[in-house]
Amino acid sequence: MKKKSLCLLLVLALSLVCLCACTVPEGEEQASPSANVVNVFNWEDYIAPEVLTLFEEETGIHVNYMCFTTCEDMIVQVEANPGAFDVCFPSDYIIQRMVEKDMLAEINFDNVPNADPRSPQTCQTLDFLLESPSFDPDIKYHVPYMWGTVGILYNTTMIPEPEDSWHILWDEQYQHNVFMMDSVRDSFGITLRYLGESVNSLDIPALFAARDKLVEQKQMGVVKAYQVDETKDKMVAGEAALAVVWSGDAMYAIDLNEDLDYFVPSEGSNVWVDGAVIPKTAKNKENAEAFINFLCRPDIAAMNWDYIWYSSPNKGAIELVEDPEGDYAYDYSGNHVLSPSDETLANCEWFKDIPEDFLSVYEGLWMDVKNTK
Amino acid sequence: MKFLKKTYLGLILIFLYIPIVVLIIQSFNAGESRALWEGFSLHWYAELFQDERILNALYVTLSIAVLAMIVSTILGTLAAIGIHAMRKRPQAMMMTLTNLPNTMPDIVTGISLMLLFLFTRVERGYVTMLLAHITFDTPYVILSVLPKLKQMNRHTYEAALDLGATPLYALVHIIIPQCKQGIITGAMLAFTLSLDDFTISYFTTSPLVQNLSTLIYSATRTGIDPTLNALSALMFVALLVLLLIVNRRTAEEKAQ
Amino acid sequence: MRSDMTLPSWAWIVMVAGLVAFVTMIVVSIRRHQGVKRSLFASPYALWMIIFTVLPVILISYYAFTDVNGAFTLDNFKNFWDSHYEMNKVIAAEGERLGVDYSAYIQRGSVNVDTLVYSLWMAFKCTLICLIVGYPAALFMADRHMKLGSTLVVLFIIPMWMNFLLRTVAWMSLLEDSGLINNFLRWLGLDSVQLMYTSNAVLLGMVYNFLPFMVFPIYTVLSKMDYRLTEASADLGCNSFQTLYKVTMPLSLPGVISGITMVFMPSVTTFFIPRVLGGGYTMMFGDLIEAKFLTEGNWNAGSALSLLMMLLILVSLSILRKVDPNGEGGGLA
Repeated sequence: MKKKSLCLLLVLALSLVCLCACTVPEGEEQASPSANVVNVFNWEDYIAPEVLTLFEEETGIHVNYMCFTTCEDMIVQVEANPGAFDVCFPSDYIIQRMVEKDMLAEINFDNVPNADPRSPQTCQTLDFLLESPSFDPDIKYHVPYMWGTVGILYNTTMIPEPEDSWHILWDEQYQHNVFMMDSVRDSFGITLRYLGESVNSLDIPALFAARDKLVEQKQMGVVKAYQVDETKDKMVAGEAALAVVWSGDAMYAIDLNEDLDYFVPSEGSNVWVDGAVIPKTAKNKENAEAFINFLCRPDIAAMNWDYIWYSSPNKGAIELVEDPEGDYAYDYSGNHVLSPSDETLANCEWFKDIPEDFLSVYEGLWMDVKNTK
Repeated sequence: MKFLKKTYLGLILIFLYIPIVVLIIQSFNAGESRALWEGFSLHWYAELFQDERILNALYVTLSIAVLAMIVSTILGTLAAIGIHAMRKRPQAMMMTLTNLPNTMPDIVTGISLMLLFLFTRVERGYVTMLLAHITFDTPYVILSVLPKLKQMNRHTYEAALDLGATPLYALVHIIIPQCKQGIITGAMLAFTLSLDDFTISYFTTSPLVQNLSTLIYSATRTGIDPTLNALSALMFVALLVLLLIVNRRTAEEKAQ
Repeated sequence: MRSDMTLPSWAWIVMVAGLVAFVTMIVVSIRRHQGVKRSLFASPYALWMIIFTVLPVILISYYAFTDVNGAFTLDNFKNFWDSHYEMNKVIAAEGERLGVDYSAYIQRGSVNVDTLVYSLWMAFKCTLICLIVGYPAALFMADRHMKLGSTLVVLFIIPMWMNFLLRTVAWMSLLEDSGLINNFLRWLGLDSVQLMYTSNAVLLGMVYNFLPFMVFPIYTVLSKMDYRLTEASADLGCNSFQTLYKVTMPLSLPGVISGITMVFMPSVTTFFIPRVLGGGYTMMFGDLIEAKFLTEGNWNAGSALSLLMMLLILVSLSILRKVDPNGEGGGLA
C-alpha cells in the first residue's frame, strides 16, 4: 500500500530530475578542464547578459559565470578554490594585495590588443587611469573594467537641497533614513574624509575617531541598515532618504526613479577602478585573455555600459555612446555622475591596500561599530 | 471551546501561510516591484524557462535531493539494522555518533566539511555537496527506522533462521517489510531536509555549482527577481498535488 | 589564510592505517562467524561518519588551537574573549615605532562575547515564544475529538516545502516601509511603523521558521499518549486544567525537550534571517563565524568560535538530557 505511494513519489521525483536534465542542455560537464571554457568570477549584477551569449557565439568558448558580493569574499574564494577561476574583477586595492601575494598571472597583451597600454591602437583608456596606477605600476596584471566614485544617493522629494558634506549622514533630521555600506573600507573611507583624513589612514587616533563617529551615527538612530547590493532597489522604492553608494548603483537607481540624485560631498571621497585579472592558478589563461579582449571591444564595452551604468574606461565605447546617430545617443560627458568634474576627481583618493597586520585594526574597529546596539 | 481551539489553530496556519500567499501573488505581478500590483501576467513564468541559471540550480537541487535520499536511506537502514543487533556498549557508541550531527549547528557542520575538503584537496562542487547532504540525511533515516525495529518481534527473525532461511533472506523478507513505515518516513525526511538546506550547501560547494538556496541567497543581495517566486510557486503546487495524490491513494486503499 | 592546506604525510599514513585496520576487523569478524553478522551492517555507516563527521570535527579543533603557521597557540580563544586582541598588538607595536603613548587605545573589545550573549538571548526568546504558541497548537492538534490531526500535520509541513530563504524574503515584502503592512496602515489612515531592520523583525523571522520544529515533537508525543489516562484523571475528580497540568504536561515533557532542542539550536546560529530582516544592524553568532571564515579569511579564529559554539550547545543539551534521561522525545518523525 504505502510502497505504491513511495514508488509514485520516487518516479515523480526522478522524472522531474530527468526533465530538468533535458531542459538544461549544458550541465556540469563544462567544469572539466579539457572543455573549451572560461570561468569568470565577477561582482553581482556586473555584466550585460547579452555580452556573455555574444562571446559564446563568436568564439565557441563556454562561459561559466559566477558572482561575489565584496572583494574580500572574492579573494578568500580564489585562495580556497585554486584553479576554479580564470578571470576575476577585483578593485584596485585588492589587485594590489593579489600582486603582493603573487596570486596573479601577467597578462599577455598580444592576446589582448584592445587593451594593450603600450599600443597606440588600444581602445582603453582614460588618461588618468593610465598614468601608472600605484596598485599595478607597469600595468602588467590588470585591464581596467569600470570605474566610479563613492557618494551619496538621495531622494529629492525628501531632501530638496542637501548639504554638500558628509555631515548630512550625521544629521538628526533623517532618523532611520540612511543606508550605510556594509563594507569596512568604504564606511571608514568616507568617515575619514569627513574628519579630514586620508581614506588610507594608518593613524591610530584618526581611526579611533572614525570609529567613534560611526558609533555615534548608529546610536543617533539615523542608520536604517548596513547593506551593499540591496541598497539600490530599496532607494528606488523610496525606503530611505539617503544612502552611501557607488556611482554606478546611483545611475541605475536614478534611471528607475527620477526623484533620486547623486553627489560627491565637498570633503572628497574615494575613486576606484575594478580591473579584470587572471589568477596564477587559472586553467584556461588564453580563453581568459580572449574574454578580456572581447570586453574591451568598443561595441561590447558600450553594450556593457548600457547595462551596468558605471563609468567606462573605454574611449571607443564612450565615443559610440555619445554618437548622436548611434544606438545610445547619450550625453555621457554631460552627466555629472558618469563624468565627475576634474575638481571632484582631484578631491578623490584611490584606495591603497592596508598592510596585512593593520587590517586587524580596521576589522576590529568595524566590528565595534557593527556591535553597537 | 472547540471553536476557540479551531480559531487558534486557524490563526497559526494563517501566520504560516501569509508569506507564501504573498510570494505566489508576487509571481503573477506584471511589474517587478514587491509592493505594487501592476496587473496580472504570466511573464515571470515564461522567463523562468529561459533562465539557464535557475534551471541549472533546480536540476542540482532535485538531483542532489533524490540521490542523497536514495544513498542515505540504504546506508541508514542498514546501519539501523546493524545498530539494533549490537551489544550495549558499541550500540551506545554508535548512537552518540548518530546524535552528534543532530547536535551540531548547521554552520559548524558546513564549515567543518569545508575544512575537510580543503584539507584533502578535494575540489568543492557537485560531488562534495552530495556527500555533505548524505552525511546530514543519514542520521535522520536511522532515527526513524530504529524505533520500528525496537517494536518488532525479535522471535520472528529467529524463527525464520530456524526454519532454514539464510540471514540475507530473513533480512529482506522479515526485517525490512516490518520497518517499511520507518524507512519511508526516513526517506521523505531526507528528501525534504536536502531540498531545503542552505547553510551546509553554502559552505560545501563552489560558486560554480549552485542549488536553489545558494542561488536565492546571492539573489537576495541584488534584489529577488520574481522569476524565483514563480519557480517556488510551481514547485509548491507540484508538491501539493503529489501529496494530494498520495493521500487519496492511501485513503482509497484504507477504504478497500 | 594558510597557504599550505595539504595534510602532513603522517596524517595520511594514520588515515590509511585506520582504513586498513577497519577492513581487517570486518574480514576477521566475517571469518570468525562464518558469515555476515547483522551488526556489521552498520559498518559502512560507521566509516562514513568517521570520515565526514569525526574527522572534520578534529580538523576544526586542530585549526582552533593553531596559528597561521600551524604552531600551537591559545590566541584564537583569547581572541574570542577580547576581540581587540590582534589589533592591540598592532597598536602597541605602532606606538613603540612612533614613540607615542597609545596605551589609551588599548582596550578590551567585547564584540564576540556580546554577540554570543545577544544570540543566546534571542534564541531563548524565540524558543520561549515557540513553546508558548506551539504547545497549545500541538495540544489541540492531538485532541481526539477534533479528528483533524493528520490533516493538520500536513498543513504544518507544507509551508516548509517552500524554500526557507524565499519565505523569509517574503516577510521582507510584508514588513518594509513601502510594504503591505504599512500600506495597509496608511490606507486605514494610520502612521506607518518601522518594522524592518529591528531585532523584533529578526525574532519574527526566527519564530516563523522554527515554529513547526516545536509543534511536531510535542504533537508526536501527545498523539501517542494513552488518552485513557486523561479520562481516568477526570473520573478521579480533576478538572480539565488540573488534568492538563498534572497528567498531560508531565507526559509530554520528552516532546517539549526535543522541541526546545530543535528550535534553540538553529536559532543561535542562524545567519540568513538576521541578515535579511535585520539589515546587518545587529550581528548574531552565525554572522560572526561566517564573516571570520569568508570575509576575513581567518580560519583559525573562525574555528575557535565554531568550537566554542559547539561545546556550548553540547553542554546545554546534556543539561536538557538530564531532564529527559531516556531521550525518547520523538523527533520530526
